[in-house]
Amino acid sequence: ENVDPQKTAFLLRKAWTLYSVTPLYRFHRSRLRDYARLLSAFIAAEKQKGLAVEVGVELDIKVAVSSLADLRGSEQDQAAVLVQLSLRSRVSSRNSEDKLVWLGWFCSVYGDDLSENMPEDFTCLPLFLTHGAESYTSMVGSWFQKTFDCCFRRLAISPLNLSWMVAMWTGCQLDRAASAVELVFSVPRLSQPLDISYAIHPEDAKALWDTVQKTPGEITQEEVDVFMDCLYAHFHRHFKIHLSAAKLVKVSTAVASAHCDGIVKILHSQYLSGVLMLLTELAISQIQ
Amino acid sequence: HLATSLPLPSERDHLRPRIDLIVFMIDIKSKYSLKTVEASLAHVDASFFLGKVCFLVTGVGRVNACSIETNAVCKLGEAYCSPVLFCELELEGIRVVTAQRLLRMLQICAGHIPGVSALSFVSLMRNSDDD
Repeated sequence: ENVDPQKTAFLLRKAWTLYSVTPLYRFHRSRLRDYARLLSAFIAAEKQKGLAVEVGVELDIKVAVSSLADLRGSEQDQAAVLVQLSLRSRVSSRNSEDKLVWLGWFCSVYGDDLSENMPEDFTCLPLFLTHGAESYTSMVGSWFQKTFDCCFRRLAISPLNLSWMVAMWTGCQLDRAASAVELVFSVPRLSQPLDISYAIHPEDAKALWDTVQKTPGEITQEEVDVFMDCLYAHFHRHFKIHLSAAKLVKVSTAVASAHCDGIVKILHSQYLSGVLMLLTELAISQIQ
Repeated sequence: HLATSLPLPSERDHLRPRIDLIVFMIDIKSKYSLKTVEASLAHVDASFFLGKVCFLVTGVGRVNACSIETNAVCKLGEAYCSPVLFCELELEGIRVVTAQRLLRMLQICAGHIPGVSALSFVSLMRNSDDD
């Protein structure tokens, strides 16, 4: 956990859309400025074609590509790569304060499974997180795909993985008063869609997890199942509804929240590494 | 005959024909279906587990919606010495093939195929590691 909290503060409390990315071919860290220029030109061209419909003021997109040395798990991991898109309004003459419109970053936290036997020319950064308009995401994605012969795919999170996350994050020790642990379920096969939100006091949830987990620092599927079954049983006792028959679509804790469509919000810097490690693992299993 | 759980209601016992095959359906998107099956297994007579039981896991086409670990289902199959079939009911091709497989199994279990009995399934289930 030797990541400088100042540098990574921008990651917190933002909703990130997740993608898995296959290894980048012939990506050179020394050429980041060139890549920014090329991507900028590409975006300008796309806008000319009218593909990114931003009706209104004519605006320049400024692109910055940088390396985040601290954002990695082990020495084997590649350092994260950050792409920032800012709007430079031709109208403003006072100062050139650019408005950040889109953020995207590639990272790998303990992604050894993928990078282990990778040939030299490939850079492994399997997790891609974006924040901003989908139109920009698709332009940036297209450019990277064309330039580095890689493939992006939305990272969906199954209910199984979501329950793993809620169990893991509920168990995290937090100094300050934490927010409730919330599980959101969607009930299938109804004429009108129904969502059930189940909120649990964080101390109660943590107390339950502590009785289930046998070895601190280790979590087994069995322990996650017992934890979830307890929550389901409690709910059934009160409401006579079997949550286990519904689809778990979102989990929310004081550490982080995650949605099955592959959207994640990290709320606590202390566990940033842990969350990214889990997401890296999911991205890698989607690639393989 | 379809049932949401076992045991079957006893009122119709005398009208019920002989049961040759029990297919337990587990929806990969519903943990509840696995729990129901596990609870129902307790009501099945031991003689059925000599090839007259099989587990059918549905919804496998949607990996991103799975609420059950496939490992857990395979372990269930191993514990009860019964085959586990995976299928996706939403795809017509797979639906048809699965139905044909089940029908074939039923024919064998009902004794309609000379020379092959339900016990054959049990011996086919044995892992080569076991020997």
